Amino acid sequence: MMLIKLLREYLRPYTSLLLILVGLQLVATMASLYLPSLNADIIDKGVATGDTGYIVSIGAWMLAVTLVQIACSIAAVYFGARSAMGFGRDVRAAVFHRVGTFSAREVNQFGAPSLITRNTNDVQQVQMLVLMTCTMLVGAPIMLVGGVIMALRQDVGLSWLMVVSIPVLVIAIGLIVMRMVPQFRAMQTRIDVVNRVLREQLSGIRVVRAFVRERDEAQRFAEANRALTETALRAGRLMVLIFPTVMLILNGSSLAVLWFGAGRVNSGEMQIGALTAFLMYLMLILVSVMMATFMAIMIPRAAVSADRIGEVLKTESSVVPPAHPVREVKVRAELELRDVEFRYPGAAEPVLRNISFRSTAGQTTAIIGSTGAGKTTLVSLVARLFDATSGDVLIDGVSVRDLDPELLWNRIGLVPQKSYLFTGTVASNLRYGNPQATDDELWEALEVAQAREFVEAMPGGLDAPIAQGGTNVSGGQRQRMSIARALVRKPEIYLFDDSFSALDLATDARLRVALRPRTAQATVVVVSQRVSTIAGADQIVVLDDGAIVGLGTHRELLESCPTYVEIVSSQAAEPAA
Amino acid sequence: MPAEKPMTFGPSVRRLIKRLSPERLKVLAVIGLGVTSVAFLVIGPKIIGLATDIIFTGVIGKRLPAGITGEQAIATLRAAGNNNLADLIARMHVVPGQGIDFGALASVLMLAVGLYIASSVFSWMQGYLLNDLVQRTVFQLRQDVEDKLNRLPLQFFDKQPRGELLSRVTNDIDNTAQSLQQTLSQLLSGVLTVIGVLAMMFVVSPLLAVIALVSVPISVVVATQVGKRSQKLFVAQWRQTGALNGHIEEAFTGHELVKVFGRRREVEEEFRKKNDELFKASFGAQFISGLIMPSMMFVGNLSYVAIAVIGGVRVATGAMTLGDVQAFIQYSRQFTQPLTQVASMANLLQSGVASAERVFELLDADEESADPANPVVPVTRQGRVEFEHVSFRYNPEQPLIEDLSLVAEPGHTVAIVGPTGAGKTTLVNLVMRFYELGSGRIALDGVDITKMRRQDLRSRIGMVLQDTWLFGGTIRDNIAYGNPRATDEQIHAAAEATFVDRFVHNLPLGYDTVIDEEGSNISAGEKQLITIARAFLADPSLLILDEATSSVDTRTEVLVQRAMAALRTDRTSFVIAHRLSTIRDADLILVMESGRIVERGTHDQLLAARGAYHRLYAAQFLGATEAAEQEASGVPTAAA
Repeated sequence: MMLIKLLREYLRPYTSLLLILVGLQLVATMASLYLPSLNADIIDKGVATGDTGYIVSIGAWMLAVTLVQIACSIAAVYFGARSAMGFGRDVRAAVFHRVGTFSAREVNQFGAPSLITRNTNDVQQVQMLVLMTCTMLVGAPIMLVGGVIMALRQDVGLSWLMVVSIPVLVIAIGLIVMRMVPQFRAMQTRIDVVNRVLREQLSGIRVVRAFVRERDEAQRFAEANRALTETALRAGRLMVLIFPTVMLILNGSSLAVLWFGAGRVNSGEMQIGALTAFLMYLMLILVSVMMATFMAIMIPRAAVSADRIGEVLKTESSVVPPAHPVREVKVRAELELRDVEFRYPGAAEPVLRNISFRSTAGQTTAIIGSTGAGKTTLVSLVARLFDATSGDVLIDGVSVRDLDPELLWNRIGLVPQKSYLFTGTVASNLRYGNPQATDDELWEALEVAQAREFVEAMPGGLDAPIAQGGTNVSGGQRQRMSIARALVRKPEIYLFDDSFSALDLATDARLRVALRPRTAQATVVVVSQRVSTIAGADQIVVLDDGAIVGLGTHRELLESCPTYVEIVSSQAAEPAA
Repeated sequence: MPAEKPMTFGPSVRRLIKRLSPERLKVLAVIGLGVTSVAFLVIGPKIIGLATDIIFTGVIGKRLPAGITGEQAIATLRAAGNNNLADLIARMHVVPGQGIDFGALASVLMLAVGLYIASSVFSWMQGYLLNDLVQRTVFQLRQDVEDKLNRLPLQFFDKQPRGELLSRVTNDIDNTAQSLQQTLSQLLSGVLTVIGVLAMMFVVSPLLAVIALVSVPISVVVATQVGKRSQKLFVAQWRQTGALNGHIEEAFTGHELVKVFGRRREVEEEFRKKNDELFKASFGAQFISGLIMPSMMFVGNLSYVAIAVIGGVRVATGAMTLGDVQAFIQYSRQFTQPLTQVASMANLLQSGVASAERVFELLDADEESADPANPVVPVTRQGRVEFEHVSFRYNPEQPLIEDLSLVAEPGHTVAIVGPTGAGKTTLVNLVMRFYELGSGRIALDGVDITKMRRQDLRSRIGMVLQDTWLFGGTIRDNIAYGNPRATDEQIHAAAEATFVDRFVHNLPLGYDTVIDEEGSNISAGEKQLITIARAFLADPSLLILDEATSSVDTRTEVLVQRAMAALRTDRTSFVIAHRLSTIRDADLILVMESGRIVERGTHDQLLAARGAYHRLYAAQFLGATEAAEQEASGVPTAAA
């Protein structure tokens, strides 16, 4: 089981802390178990004989025991919190580091949101279990064993009461809770449904109103709400059973102790002080059993989380760094793909096949094709976010597999399809790939990216804050800043993955003109859906279904490539004049 | 229940309570049952004390020689100088020589059994009723929010970030519900128990009760002091968790950027720092909050020792029975626990009330104006639209549309072009009456749209928006959204006319294919086709089409164009165009820039004018490069 493996591996550094913790819990539990027996002494030897001096001296002793108990408990909480939180920190770091080694393929396989949840919530779940175990669960078996021993010392004849009441309590709580768990799970699903309906209504509010569907939507919501309420009622009704049931069992057992104990006291087999002590031990045992039962419910949930964490930690990156990386290459800004094929493991059809083309410094290569044709995959292969399954990608004559990854990435300026910005400022985002860039260089890049104007208008200019993901600027602005970020890097190979889609046509055109002098010494790869964006490229690669169906300039392709002609005619009533 | 709530939350708490009050009878029943159940529960230890006394009496009695009276036994003891024991026995009804009175013990224990059972049953009934009450209240709160959302003007939604609003209607309601469920029952039973136990303690022994009371302020001080500190640390913990999660989110979402831009080392370093800070914060929070239990236990044990000692002395001197001390110890144990409970509930309640406050804020927002009392319905369904001197602005200071007049004749196509933010979408939103005009008037088929009911107006208009909103349901349901009364044949006809049928045929489940929340199992273009089919099925007399700019693949794109053309046939339509190729045949083209119409006319007229439209057209159709050069050399930017 993954949970055990995870615990064993990541709790190892805390072994000594945990041993101390167990020791402390042992002492604390023993202390709290000792108190009833002192109380019994007060009754038997003090009260019954009327010896006030004895009462006071035992009282002082009780106080001392209490002090030991609290000192140990506090120390136990300290070590428990330290181990559990340290465990959480270490597992989080391990997951984060592991994801850092992943190639884009593994990230896509899991999906970024899933990886985020695994790294945050799932770790949190397991960490909570460790914490609860350290602070509460460890004490329970000690209390159980110690309590039983102490109770037996008081009177063996009544021990059968424990044999009855402990299982009754466990079974009663277990039965209720087992029926509750599916209800709570169902409740979570129904909360999700209600929230989904709300989310849909908010995002589609114009459509809802345009089609005059407010009443139907209210109906849909009411149904979801009713379903949720019904489940919540059912779960709640089970939950309110717990407290009365537990109280009944606890109080019932104490009455039974009194009744059967009285018989034994009367026949002289037991002292009355022992009777009260027995009673208190039984209560202590039952309460700790109750706690343990509740805790046990956390285990399945944590186990699921542990499995999800384990999956990440077990996954190896499909892109392996070279054993003997090439660190020095003469810069020629040359890119070549040789018979490249890429397929996902187990997939019947390759995403890309037989891809070969070459691009030299100062050249622009455009890639066009419908969605799913493999354009983004191609760009990712150049940046070695994936590895080709066969064939080779060469930069300046060296295979990307042999290049030092740092060196490879240093030469690449990527503008991904989804323009993503990081929390910080405009400047911190622009310097992302080149921390040494001066402000002038930033403005220059913004100018080329047609972003100067709006950045100037932003309060703070370069220092204007950017929210996570860049959500505080519009899609078009985000895209232009993402382009500027790549420009600041001054790479020798530019990869524009559908990077002009959010720009209106005029801006798109201006940007391309401004870009030209900047990229004169570089190789530029432009992926686009728009013919107007790529018509001026030195060569156009037409992809269809993962294969090259046309390669040439705009004019050549208009004559030779039917797919290209189809694309062009779908976008313009008349082809270029 | 009161006492614990912070003053600033007063109004919201009152409103929450008011929401419970429609079921006043139930509220009263809950309180009544709670009081009864707690009363029975707190009598329990007293009765067990009685039982202990009976046993103790029996033990003592058995030790004394049979045949003498109690008084004689006491006298004998006093004579032997054993005054303490004599006093002790004097307080009891000892019958020398006789053991435990099992008859009396049985009846006392039976009484206790009865009380405990009754207490449990009442406590269960109380919980049951309270659960119903809370769930119904939460249900109603959700319903009210939903109703409210349908009555709020669109401007309200524009002004707030969607995430913010979403969080209010989901997280805040959930949080309110949860804290109502958890706090209400626990606060109620906690407070009642404290009162009940205190009362019983005074009944049993006023002196010991006063000693036990001393522990109250100590517990309160300990709980609030530790609570205050841990609260601060918990806030820090959540803040650090948020910061770390944000960092993780960024690093994973921007994974390829991190790699390609060579930032892995920095990202890991940043993570390490944040992870360490979270460790420190959460360790502190857990440790400090973990102190509450042991400290309360310590305070509890202190009073336990005090009661055992003083009680023991008093029993020994005969001032109290052993059973009473026994009972008292039990009471003092029952006393600290609910006290801690109430203190910790206060925090939960605070966060719940804060959430409720945010929900109430939403419920208090201004609603859109009511429909006219005497609505007018146009006699014809031609789809003639008239703008007369229309002005509109989102912000009072910033004019957006100024003095706009135009007429769309029945069956005509009006195309609107211009850069992003020029006000194209606003214009069509005004026709839908999503916003109220600043001045001027818009008429549909001769009737001022403010004189119509919104539903009458909107049911005559079909809209295809840029963001292809589909809800989680089957393709069939999504098409039928345009007309819930449509037959299957009508749905199929609409699907065929708009090319939906072609790709649906290839799906294994056909029209029953469920579109998931993000609609990720069908392509963007296909989604667009479904929204067109939806509008087609609605069969409106006026159409509003917003063309997509998003990356629809080229082949579907052709179908989308053709589907839109099919939809436009014989209908008046407003088209927000991005590809100029689609609007060459439009009857009227409006070129908008910063909220104003800068040019209007047909395609040929506007091209001949060589103005803004010509520039746009050139950028799109002339060889891309040449156009760009033209642009770059001298033509000012459109937005300027």
